[in-house]
Amino acid sequence: MSNTSHEVAQGPHHTSGAASTALSAHSIDKKFPGVLANDSVDFDVRAGEVHTLLGENGAGKSTLAAVLCGLYQPDAGYLMRNGKRINLSSPRAGLQHGIAMVHQHFRLVERFTVSENVILGSRDLPFKLNRREINEKVAAVAESYGLPIDPDATVGDLSVGQRQRVEIVKALYQGAEILLLDEPTAVLVPSEVEKLFENVHAMTAAGKSIVFISHKLGEVVEISDRVTVLRNGRVTGHVSGRGTTDTKELARLMVGRDIELNAQRATHATGHEVLQIRNLSLSIDDVAVLTEISFNVHAGEMVGIAGVAGNGQRELADTIAGLISPTSGSVSISGAMTTDCGPIQAREVGLAYVPEDRLGMGLVPSMSILDNLLLTRDRQIVVDRVSVRPEAARLIEQFEIKANGPDHLARKLSGGNAQKVLLARELSGGRSATKLLVVCSPTRGLDVGAIETVRRLINDARSAGQAILLISEDLDEVLSLSDRVLVLYRGAVVHETSGETAQLSQVGAAMAGLS
Amino acid sequence: MNENIWILMSADAIAIATTLILAALGALFTERSGVLNLGIEGILLTSAISSFLAADASGSVWLGLIVGSLIGALLASIHAVLSVVFRANQIVAGLALVIFGTGLANFLGKPAEGKTVTTVINPLSFGPLSDIPVIGPIVFGQDIITYFAIAVAIVASRYLFSTRPGLELRATGDDPATVDAQGLSVARIRIRYTMIGGALVGLGGSWLMLAQSAGWHQAATTNGLGWIALALVVFAGWRPMRIIFGAVLFGFTLQLPFTLQAEQITFIPSAFLEMLPYLATLIALIALSRPGNRNLLGAPRALGTPFVRDER
Ligand SMILES: Nc1ncnc2c1ncn2[C@@H]1O[C@H](COP(=O)(O)OP(=O)(O)O)[C@@H](O)[C@H]1O
Ligand SMILES: [Mg+2]
Repeated sequence: MSNTSHEVAQGPHHTSGAASTALSAHSIDKKFPGVLANDSVDFDVRAGEVHTLLGENGAGKSTLAAVLCGLYQPDAGYLMRNGKRINLSSPRAGLQHGIAMVHQHFRLVERFTVSENVILGSRDLPFKLNRREINEKVAAVAESYGLPIDPDATVGDLSVGQRQRVEIVKALYQGAEILLLDEPTAVLVPSEVEKLFENVHAMTAAGKSIVFISHKLGEVVEISDRVTVLRNGRVTGHVSGRGTTDTKELARLMVGRDIELNAQRATHATGHEVLQIRNLSLSIDDVAVLTEISFNVHAGEMVGIAGVAGNGQRELADTIAGLISPTSGSVSISGAMTTDCGPIQAREVGLAYVPEDRLGMGLVPSMSILDNLLLTRDRQIVVDRVSVRPEAARLIEQFEIKANGPDHLARKLSGGNAQKVLLARELSGGRSATKLLVVCSPTRGLDVGAIETVRRLINDARSAGQAILLISEDLDEVLSLSDRVLVLYRGAVVHETSGETAQLSQVGAAMAGLS
Repeated sequence: MNENIWILMSADAIAIATTLILAALGALFTERSGVLNLGIEGILLTSAISSFLAADASGSVWLGLIVGSLIGALLASIHAVLSVVFRANQIVAGLALVIFGTGLANFLGKPAEGKTVTTVINPLSFGPLSDIPVIGPIVFGQDIITYFAIAVAIVASRYLFSTRPGLELRATGDDPATVDAQGLSVARIRIRYTMIGGALVGLGGSWLMLAQSAGWHQAATTNGLGWIALALVVFAGWRPMRIIFGAVLFGFTLQLPFTLQAEQITFIPSAFLEMLPYLATLIALIALSRPGNRNLLGAPRALGTPFVRDER
C-alpha cells in the first residue's frame, strides 16, 4: 500500500519534529443518488498539525469528513490510522480510534446540561451517574484546553460559540486525538473565531490533529499548516505552509476560475421614496425591541443596516414584511400604508422579502423549486404548474441555480443554491412587480462563488430601479454594497452615513454602542 | 354523611389510579423515546381479556398478570415496527391499534362474557396498620400491584434522570440525530422502550381485570382509561413522579359521581362530573396532536417524528 506518493509533493515545510501521519484516506469514493460526492480522494493528517479542507459548498468536504469519522462508509477506498488499515463501521468505531467530528449542525440535546451532553454516548460510564464527579471531570477537560464552560448550564441557553465549545469538549472528553471541525467558523462572530483559533493551537500543541473545514480563504490561510482543495468531489490541489499561501491561487483552485469578490457599488441617480418608516417602535413582552426608527429607502437605492446580531434586525425586517405589527409608528411601501396589514398586502404593493432563515422561513424544504416559486404567485384554487414550468426553467438558468430542474426538492439544494431560488422567486415578481426588496444576511454561510452571484443579483435589482434594504451582520458586505448605511444598536438607529464615505472605525464603534 | 362511603371511595379511587399509573408510565416510557403510541386503550383491553382468560384457565392470577403484560409488549411491538421501521404516521398507527385491540379483545372475550373472575388479587394486610381508621384502608388496604405501580414510578424517575440508559432514552426522544451521531441505535432504543411501555400498559390492564372489575364488559371494562392515561402524561409534563399525583386526582374525579349519587348530593349534576376527566383528556389530546403545541407542553422534541439519518 503506497500511502506516501502524494505526501512527497508537500515539501518539507512542517516544523513539528514528529510528522507521523495520524490518519490517512486513500482513493475514497462516496456516491449519493445523482452525485459523486467524493471522487478518488486522498487525504492525510499528521499529529499536531492543522490540515484544512477547502472547497465551495457542495464540494464534498462534509462527506469526506463523515467518511473519516465513520459516519459514512466509502463506496471505494480505505482509511489508515497510524499506518494500519482500519475499517470504521460507525462513528463509535471512529471514536474508538480517537477520531471525532464536530458537525456543521451541532449534535447537542438542547434541553440537556453541558455535562449531560458531554457524557452522552460514552460507553465506559457506570449505570448510575454521579453528577458531581462527572461535572468535575468535564470541567477539568475543558480547562486543560482553555475552553471554560459551566457544566451545569443548559445547552439551549448557550450562545452558538459556547455550544461549539461544548462539542469540542465532548470530543476531547471521549479521548479524541483527531478532531474534524466542519465549518466551525461559519456560525461564529469574529471575536469567537479568534478564541476558537487559540483553542485549536492549544490542541495541536498537545499533539492533537485538526482537520479544519472551511470555505473562507482568509481564515484558512491564517490557521492551516496544510491545505487540500476540493472541487466537485475531487482534490484540485494541495498548498502548504502557513502565511505563504496565495489566496488568489486558493480561490482559483476552489472555484475553477478567477473571481472578483468585491462587487462594486453602482452609482446612479435615485428616484422617489419607496419605503417610508416613521417612528417605528416595537415591544415584545414589554421589552423594547425597536425604538423610534425612521428612515426612507428610495427607488434605485440600497440602504444597508449594520449591527451585531440581536439588535433588532430581524424584528425590523419582519415588521416591514408585515409579519409583526409594530407597537407604534408606521410603515408604508410605495405610498401605501402597510402597518398592521399583514404580509399579503405588503407583497401586493411590491414587497419582496428574503429572510435570514432560508429553509425555515424562505422556502418549504420538502417542496420542489417549482412549487416554491409558485408560493408567491397568483393565489388560484387550482395550482397551475404547467404554465409556470417554462419560467421556472428560465429562472434556474438566469440565476445560475445548480439543480436537476424545476422538480428538484428545496431541501436537497446547497445553501447557495437555496438562496438563489429564494432570490429568483422574490425578484421575478409575484402578485405585483417588485418595488422593495428586503434581504437579510443574504450571503451568510455561502461559498465565494455563490456570494459573488448573490451580490451581483442584488446589485442588478437596484440598477433596475428597485429599492433595496440590506440587513446584514457582515460589515464588509454592508459597507461595500450600500449607498447609505444605518447602524442598529439595541433597536435604535444610532449612526447614519453614506456608503462611500463610511469609516470602518466609526461604524464599528456605533455597532458596539460607543457612539 | 356516611363516612364509610367516602373511605370506600378513596380506596376505589386509588385502585383506579393504579391502572392509570401503570398505563401512563407505559405511555411515558414510549413517548420519552420519541414514539407516540395512541393505542394504549387497545392494549389495555386486549391485555385485560388475555389476563382474564389465562388466569381463568390456569387458576393463577400471577400467570394472568404475566400473560397480560406480554400481550401488551407484543401489541406495542406492532406499533414500534410500524413507526420505527416503516416510519408510518404514528397517530394513524396508534388509532389503528385502538381499533385492532378493541376488536381483538371483543373477539377473545366472547367466551368470557357473563363469567366472573374466580381468582382475584387480594389486598395486602399490614396487620394493625390496616385497621387505623380512615388512613388504614386507604394507605394500607391496597394490593401488591398498587404498591408496585408506585415503586415503578419512583424507580422510573431515578432511571430517567440519573442513569446512563435514562440519559440516552431522554436524548432519543429529544434529539435522535445526536444519539445517532454517538453511534447508538435510535431504532433499537425506540423499539425497546415502546415494548417496555406496552408491557407496563398490559400489566395495568391485567390488574384492572383481575383486581378490579368483576367480569368482562367489553369496552366498558376500561371505560377510556387508556385515553386518560395519555392525557395524564401530558399533564405530568412527562415526569414519572407527577403521574402518581395526577393518577390519584383522576381516580378521585372518576369515583366522585358515584359517591355523590350514593350520598344523594345533587347540586352538581353527576353527568357533568362524569364528563370532567374525559373533557380534560380531550383537551390534552387535541393539544398533543398538534406538533407545534408539543414543544410548549414540554413534550420530547422529536415526539411522533420518525428518525431518518440522511434526511437533510
Ligand atoms: N446525504 C446525502 N444525500 C444525498 N446527497 C448528498 C448527501 N450529502 C451530501 N450530498 C451531496 O453531495 C455533495 C457534497 O456535499 P457535502 O459533502 O455536504 O459538501 P460540502 O460539505 O463541501 O459543502 C453535494 O452535491 C450534496 O448535495
Ligand atoms: Mg458541508
